[in-house]
Amino acid sequence: MKSEKLNLTLKIWRQKNINTPGSFVEYKISVSPDSSFLEMLDDLNNELESKNLEPVAFESDCREGICGTCDLVIQGQPHGPIPKIATCQLHMRNFRDGETIWIEPFRAKAFPIIKDLIVDRTALDKIQQAGGFISVNTGSVPDGNAIPIPKENAGLSMDAAACIGCGACVAACKNASAMLFVSAKVSQFALLPQGQPERYKRVQEMVKVMDELGFGSCSNTYACEAECPKGISVKNIARMNRDYFIAKVKTEETV
Amino acid sequence: MSWFTKALNSSIGKKFVMALTGICLILFLIIHLINNLTLFAGPALFNTVVKNLEGVKPLIRVIEVILASIFLLHIYNGVRLWIENKKARPEQYAVNASSKNSTAFSRTMIWSGSIVFIFLVVHLRTMWYYFNFGGDYTELKNTHQYYEIVVSTFSSHVYSMFYITAMILLGFHLNHGFQSAFQTFGWNNKKYFPLIEKIGFIYAWITAILFAAIPVYFSFFYRGNV
Repeated sequence: MKSEKLNLTLKIWRQKNINTPGSFVEYKISVSPDSSFLEMLDDLNNELESKNLEPVAFESDCREGICGTCDLVIQGQPHGPIPKIATCQLHMRNFRDGETIWIEPFRAKAFPIIKDLIVDRTALDKIQQAGGFISVNTGSVPDGNAIPIPKENAGLSMDAAACIGCGACVAACKNASAMLFVSAKVSQFALLPQGQPERYKRVQEMVKVMDELGFGSCSNTYACEAECPKGISVKNIARMNRDYFIAKVKTEETV
Repeated sequence: MSWFTKALNSSIGKKFVMALTGICLILFLIIHLINNLTLFAGPALFNTVVKNLEGVKPLIRVIEVILASIFLLHIYNGVRLWIENKKARPEQYAVNASSKNSTAFSRTMIWSGSIVFIFLVVHLRTMWYYFNFGGDYTELKNTHQYYEIVVSTFSSHVYSMFYITAMILLGFHLNHGFQSAFQTFGWNNKKYFPLIEKIGFIYAWITAILFAAIPVYFSFFYRGNV
């Protein structure tokens, strides 16, 4: 299939490391509309390397939208202008010939820049380590329906578990709040029987660590839901808030 | 810090305080609006209502103190959250695409709130002060001609326009605030949240329009009592 190439101007954030101030550098590139966004950056890097220039540092892994590694802000939107996809699933056919594309890293105090477009998202791991798990050995796969779970809850829990931890919610939020991420991790267990023993301890521990790491608070703008590549619902935030209040009122341990 | 203050100072706790005080203020606005709408029934009814309220002054004073604390808590937490949230993103994006993923109402709460706060100060210094202490209108106050105070105050077009602008911004603030409070409380459920959003929208704009109607009427349509 023959397709016209797109001639694009890229404005890419280049920053040597956290201690060096960064700036936008302009690149011209000609790319097939069938190319993916990351393939375009690969092409650019090949070209830069052939000229003995430093390639643009960006992250990617699975390139099929399930690992949450490819975190770019494209035209001001995390994962680009198309809803419910990760950057790796974005194709150049969504851009017009002659367009200028701004590519920036996720920006948040809790996500320090490592280099160029790569940020350190250890903060999300730290929140997970504070309670995003079940502290019992779950053993091998149990018999089907050995533990009855309402269909509705199983579905909602799976929806929450679809979170790939990419951090787009933090990047999209005007307050750089991690509420959508944390609420998804809280909800996936809160909805299942296996998550009940630690339900109220978990929400308190995870929120506490989230606050300590310098994320902002939630203003209920719902930008996170709109930009989430997995379409995680803000109803999870409501559930987390609910569990948090219940935890404060009803549990006896002080977290 | 005790567990209670710790909880209220957590990110969710601060939002809870915003939501709870916000709902209290929403309820206050309903009562205030009902009182004010008696203005449209003419001087007799309005003056009687205010005179009756004067009769239970000690109770009113207690309510005013509670109300002022709620206002201050709402404002203090709002400003504190705004500052903290700014700090959470020290470096801004070069391209701002926030209009693609959120409403302008939700992003501008601090600004709509700030204008309403300035309005509140002006409103207290003028209307509230005249009604309570007379000021320039001591004679009208002493003879219980409260309606005439309103007429006289709104005879200034500038003052009226400021009221109208502030009420539109109050509409912006309430439009987001109402449903936002319920989301913060965790009362977001697909069964009833769409209804909450509708009620919030209707409440916000009816409140804003009816409050704004008062300066509009007195400044531009009122031609004395007939």
